[in-house]
Amino acid sequence: MTSAKAKSARTARSPSTSRRGFMVGAGGFTLMLGLEGHTALAATLGKMRAGKAFSPWISIAPDGTITIMAAATEMGQGSMTSLPLVIAEELDADWGKVRIIPAPVDDKIYLNPAYQMMYTAGSNAVRVHFPRHRIFGAQVRKVLLDNAAKKLGVPVDELTTGPSVVIHEKSKRRLTYGQIAAFAEVPEKAPEIKPEQLKKPADFRLIGKDVMRVELPGKVNGSVKYSIDLQMPGMLYGVVLREPIEGAGLDKVDEAKIANLPGVVKVVKLPYGVGVLANTAWEAFAARRALDGAVAWGKKGDAQGFDSEKGMDQFSADARNLSHKVSEWTKDGNFADVFAKSASTMEAEWRNDLAYHAQMEPLNAVALVAPDGSSAELWCGTQSQTTAQQASAKALGIDRDKVKVNDMLMGGGFGRRGHRDTEFIVDAVLLSKEAKRPVKVMWTREDDIKNGRFRPMSVNYLRAGFDAGGKITSWSHRVAGDRVTPYMDPVRYEQSKGRDGILMGGADMNGYDVPNHLTELIYKDTGVRTSPLRGTGNIANRFASEGFLDEIARKQGKDPIEVRLALLTKLPRAQKVLETVAKMADWKRKRADGRGLGVAYIDYTGTYLAGIAEVSLDRRAGAIKVHDFWCAIDVGIAVQPDNVVAQTESSIVYGIGLALMETVTVKGGVVQQSNFYDYSVPRMSDVPSMHIELIKTANAPSGAGQMATPLVQPAVAGAFAQITGRYLRHAPFTPERVKRALA
Amino acid sequence: MATKFTLNGKRVTSSAPGATPLLWVIREELKLTGTKFGCGAGLCGACMVHVNGSRAYSCQTEVGSMAGKRITTIEGISRNSDHPVQKAWLAERVPQCGYCQSGQIMSAVDLLKKNKSPTREQIVEHMSTNICRCGTYQRIVKAVQRAAKEV
Repeated sequence: MTSAKAKSARTARSPSTSRRGFMVGAGGFTLMLGLEGHTALAATLGKMRAGKAFSPWISIAPDGTITIMAAATEMGQGSMTSLPLVIAEELDADWGKVRIIPAPVDDKIYLNPAYQMMYTAGSNAVRVHFPRHRIFGAQVRKVLLDNAAKKLGVPVDELTTGPSVVIHEKSKRRLTYGQIAAFAEVPEKAPEIKPEQLKKPADFRLIGKDVMRVELPGKVNGSVKYSIDLQMPGMLYGVVLREPIEGAGLDKVDEAKIANLPGVVKVVKLPYGVGVLANTAWEAFAARRALDGAVAWGKKGDAQGFDSEKGMDQFSADARNLSHKVSEWTKDGNFADVFAKSASTMEAEWRNDLAYHAQMEPLNAVALVAPDGSSAELWCGTQSQTTAQQASAKALGIDRDKVKVNDMLMGGGFGRRGHRDTEFIVDAVLLSKEAKRPVKVMWTREDDIKNGRFRPMSVNYLRAGFDAGGKITSWSHRVAGDRVTPYMDPVRYEQSKGRDGILMGGADMNGYDVPNHLTELIYKDTGVRTSPLRGTGNIANRFASEGFLDEIARKQGKDPIEVRLALLTKLPRAQKVLETVAKMADWKRKRADGRGLGVAYIDYTGTYLAGIAEVSLDRRAGAIKVHDFWCAIDVGIAVQPDNVVAQTESSIVYGIGLALMETVTVKGGVVQQSNFYDYSVPRMSDVPSMHIELIKTANAPSGAGQMATPLVQPAVAGAFAQITGRYLRHAPFTPERVKRALA
Repeated sequence: MATKFTLNGKRVTSSAPGATPLLWVIREELKLTGTKFGCGAGLCGACMVHVNGSRAYSCQTEVGSMAGKRITTIEGISRNSDHPVQKAWLAERVPQCGYCQSGQIMSAVDLLKKNKSPTREQIVEHMSTNICRCGTYQRIVKAVQRAAKEV
């Protein structure tokens, strides 16, 4: 190679080697991820499938373009890249030739097997799809090999593949995937793939290498489209005022007051409120403001009269009332008998307020219903293409297959866009039906909060019994709270046989080796709207159980990490994350300046992680400052390692908000908060330095999207206890509550 | 009541009433949708644009007051996504859902115009106008520091 050539090759391939994540190399194969190279070497978003369909997942065009379907919707978590990447790995595709497009609605093909429908939730996209996606990729590779073998007249086992090319080493002949696509015959039945036909992890050249997420370049220049960005010819703008209490009913609306406003086309009574259609966005929003003073509501609805502050005290009384009717969640041994014979016991309760998702894109959707109402097309950001289609079809009284869903990128999800009724999409459907034109319905931020569906408030009451040596011999965990699943998705609730895994997530023993434990729940059903929110029940339930372990450790004069390790001897992955995070944070070193450290550990649906918070306290202001947060996380095989780190940072920040500031209050059944001035979320100044260590193991991949969120509250409370000897048991830890804990 | 101003170097005219928030004129009338609606109250920064070179909440800016002004949106800071701030944003893999990032980038560009080498504290102070619910703040700090070396 001439020196000039060498130089130009280097210029092209290594714009910077100093930055981690900028360039990722593996076994001589270098994938450039810098901006200059992303269009040439990285996959991009496509619009439609091109070329020959080798399977419902993969099409290959003669020019080598490979289209791969993305089954999961994209809300910032990166699944739109990581799932097709898994297919591309086993297909042995040239990633630069891959175009990714959202899969059409077809539950049978593109379902999330964990939910039996198309649904992106529970941080399970990679966990659930990984094994199947590898097979889908390998099947098409096999078809390509068989076709190439026939064409070249050689036995198939003499062939190998490189990125998008079949190679016959003996004769030095090569056929690109594009060339094969031009003549390939695709068998009706996909070939069977045995586990040993899959790549060995050591041979992965995409998985674990941090490719550029496909939609990221369009997110730094404003070009990516969310549903809120769309316009259609002849489109009207819609706004909706919903009943403040679900089921309240419309008493009366002063239609004239609205109908005469500039640009208003129509006032529409809806089953749950009043909608307005207008010519422009600003006219629609002006009408929305006027609606506030033009409507009177009925007095029905379960939440009527509910007050969240008083309600919390009632939840507590019920949780502590040992003769209250309860349902059993999990059980091992005999709690009651062993607890009664304990040498000593401890008990305490923990509280969590209602919390709001606050995705940055206010809910919205665009719908175009045919003038005769017989079909519809939607453009929406949804966690479930299936329910978006079903709920819209139901609202129109038509068959599902008459509704075409275009799933758009989401400006955040966090669980808010995963309810079965997809009410913000139905808004657009109903208003478009009235308008007989395309309609974009936008919620205001105030609508988004007032009509929020919340992480339920709850009270956790825990008791533990000890033998004479201080060993935990019994443990009881009671949760009193509003159910989530029957409200968010009655179908799933039925499928799960009446168990509410959202409220109860993380209320079990978390892998701790404690005998005679009992988890019970008291369903409250106050009528306040509930929702799965990032971290789900794990936030409240692990706050309680990790907090309790911390208190036990301190009371016994033991190290909180040592106490945990002693209860996790059967789980080496758990031990490893705790030991790693202790090392990262220099756990044993006493902090200066009155700072303290607190720890938490979680096994979250197969992801093991532990976190340590370093905290200081302004006693006069009651203000807690989190300075550093260390986290060690083991997700098994990390498909996109840097993205796992990013999701962990993200879920820590989310946890900081829930731990320190986020609270929704309800008075008379009505939500009190309106916008970001009375519902605070973390800003840059609230965020600690985060130090994440990804522990690489060969285990099957598990989730990363929300796992660290539940670490934050117990870790911060533990640090507070180390500083003050006092316990914070009611989140968020507002200045008022901090001062009360110190009094 | 048409208002004439310059948008990303082009002369444009809005026919919206003077009290209309600039945000809606940019997005719905002039069809540049990179600038986002987040709160409508000047609290989140998703709508950040530059007016005569300095950042402004477009949801709190009346279009009638824009006559003769120069407005820049995310679409106007570079031709090929090659502004140093945009490059840094990708190098640090900042965006997640991405919805707030136009506003974040507009705030960051504004900062680096005024202060070529901001300290960490100055970055945090300046950028705390902008909410990112995905919590990409740590990467934003790194990206601003990276871009500062290039600007």
